Amino acid sequence: MSLDLPLVFSFLMGLAVLMYVVLDGYDLGVGMLMPAADSQEQELMVASIGPFWDANETWLVLGVGILLVAFPVAHGIVLGALYLPVVAMLIGLMLRGVAFEFRVKAEGWHRELWNWLFWFGSFLASFAQGLMLGRYITGFNSGFGYYLFALLVGAALCGGYVLLGATWLILKTEGGLQKKALGWARWGLLWVALGVALVSLATPLASQTVFARWFDFPRTLALMLLPLATLAAGVFVWLAAGRMERGAPEPDWTPFAGAVAIFALAFAGLAYSLFPYVVMDRMTIWEAASHPSSLKVILAGVVIVLPFLIAYTAFAYRVFRGKARSGLYE
Amino acid sequence: MDDVLVLARAQFGLNIGFHILFPSLTIALGWILLYFRVQYARSGDAAWLATYKLWTKVFALSFAMGVVSGITMSFQFGTNWPGFMQKVGNIAGPLLAYEVLTAFFLEATFLGVMLFGMNRVPGWMHVFSAAMVAIGTTVSAFWILALNSWMQTPSGQGVDALQIIAGDWWSVIFNPSFPYRFTHMLLASGLTAAFVVAGLSAWRLLRAGEDVSARKTLRTGLVLAAVLAPLQIAVGDLHGLNTLEHQPAKIAAIEAIWKTEKGVPLVLFAVPNEEKRTNDFAVEIPEGASLILRHDADAELQGIDAFAPDAPPVAPVFFAFRAMVGIGVLMLALAWAGVWATRRGLLPSRRLLWTLSGFTFAGWVATLAGWLVAEIGRQPWLVTGVLKTADAVGAASGAALGASLTGYIVTYAGMLTAYMVVLTHLAGKGAQA
Repeated sequence: MSLDLPLVFSFLMGLAVLMYVVLDGYDLGVGMLMPAADSQEQELMVASIGPFWDANETWLVLGVGILLVAFPVAHGIVLGALYLPVVAMLIGLMLRGVAFEFRVKAEGWHRELWNWLFWFGSFLASFAQGLMLGRYITGFNSGFGYYLFALLVGAALCGGYVLLGATWLILKTEGGLQKKALGWARWGLLWVALGVALVSLATPLASQTVFARWFDFPRTLALMLLPLATLAAGVFVWLAAGRMERGAPEPDWTPFAGAVAIFALAFAGLAYSLFPYVVMDRMTIWEAASHPSSLKVILAGVVIVLPFLIAYTAFAYRVFRGKARSGLYE
Repeated sequence: MDDVLVLARAQFGLNIGFHILFPSLTIALGWILLYFRVQYARSGDAAWLATYKLWTKVFALSFAMGVVSGITMSFQFGTNWPGFMQKVGNIAGPLLAYEVLTAFFLEATFLGVMLFGMNRVPGWMHVFSAAMVAIGTTVSAFWILALNSWMQTPSGQGVDALQIIAGDWWSVIFNPSFPYRFTHMLLASGLTAAFVVAGLSAWRLLRAGEDVSARKTLRTGLVLAAVLAPLQIAVGDLHGLNTLEHQPAKIAAIEAIWKTEKGVPLVLFAVPNEEKRTNDFAVEIPEGASLILRHDADAELQGIDAFAPDAPPVAPVFFAFRAMVGIGVLMLALAWAGVWATRRGLLPSRRLLWTLSGFTFAGWVATLAGWLVAEIGRQPWLVTGVLKTADAVGAASGAALGASLTGYIVTYAGMLTAYMVVLTHLAGKGAQA
């Protein structure tokens, strides 16, 4: 039996991107929420993501790395077309990455400046990623409507990351900050609802391919399970946050789990819209794939390394389980 | 060369030049930290713990700078050089993928435990985490230098259906220049970290000569540098002979040899004149180059004329090589003087401490100079004999490149300034036991 290597690698790439979006999403979201908290709370917020952000961003390198090595032709086309938003994202990621380290060591207005850059970098990176998604899914078509659509996706993704960040804080903090985070989560959820709804409606209108894929009765009926499940996850998060606000017994991890479910479902919808294109309407994964010999070598590495990667990632999350404590480098 | 190629090279050169600063420090600093951590585990001495904690902060800061500038690199392969992946992606791709899989996740995950988990895991687990971080940085260097060396001296590749593929992975990875380049880079990292440790400790001792921790780390840095510097000179010489065998055009540029002839003089100093293809103001040792490179005063050496028009520009390679060697020799002298001045727990003179402080980042200058020699000396090839730089450049417009280049310059300048300020500030305060 021969393995469909391009298919395997598009699955791996999707997995890496989803891992990135969920994992870096929560720490970018926490970054965007910084201005809404007082300075003591800010320390806790940074402490809650400090041990993780580095490894979280590595998933981005893996995702773009798979695009680069498995679909080199598409990598050039996609990143060439997204040149400026990519640069904006990179500058945002750089600013927030170093702000992590600098803000701890700075004092007075320097510290304020780094806090501000931490927020700005988180926001810039998130918004740029949304722009990239909006441009990517419409096949880089130019025109006012397409750019407006990309801006919209940018804003929606920021809302989504805020939701992830807020639910992460619900999990990792307690008391006053947790209460605040409950409010932020609901607020983020509204943005997500708006964003997901608009994207779901606009994407089929913007792209014939996507339209044909979703509106093909009777398949459409089965496909409607996806938006319904997303809606259910949203309602679930809303209700869980409400119960916690009223002080009813509720595990602190359920809102985060619900937010992750929303992302996974929305991601599945996007993947369904795109597949099998790696460049929308232009290039399929089989057309873009590199030579099977190099794919096999990489796959062998993935199969060997992945269990270790999962094991030590689980180990790190276990070490830092429970509520975040202030005081870095303890 | 057209504008887009110049801008694409300037941008990539800026990014990779900025990026290389931080790994070249953290590769060896990871091992130095492990040494501090093990010293604390064995002795229970609070001064070692304070030392470890101070240098952890320096490491974390440098590592973060490396990570964020490294993410940029992974995108620029595609945005600036799409032709690179299209032509040799079947070889470059797996090497980069293995770097991400075996090194990036390992170092990033265990760095979290190392930085924030000291009170959350048993002591042995913390030492283990520090070891994983050090191993991760070194493994990362292994893969990226395998790729860089393959681009310099490709071997092991085959062709299938008009695509370049790896015929034999062993000879792709262990290509002719790899063992020399990898060793040369690891030693460069050791020297860079040793001088940063010694220089920042000297900076602290200028303010507080009694600081026990700073005295320990000054000695550690100096002894390390004193051992590594002569090794580096020996390895560098072997690396040069390897280059003569596999990339003679680069040697011709390094030595500013324009014409192929016998009994070639060693040019100590000159201003290479690209137009007239000759050296102005040359100071030479007759037959010196033939003697050094071939161990025979009468031996023939190939000049630039043997490779033109596919020859590298001479002046930048010539000057960068002399800068690298010059700084290397100064570092050797300073390290040995420092080891002597700190014997039996002595405190060096203020003049020596000032000099060491001034040399804190000497390793960076030498590394950048060496990197310019290696990469400009490879031109006009991106992959020697396989792919030219001009054929790999992307379609990004000059305007987009110009705008993003400006953005990068502003960001990097700000980041580097902040980095230097914070480092000297941290070092000035010293370790608090």
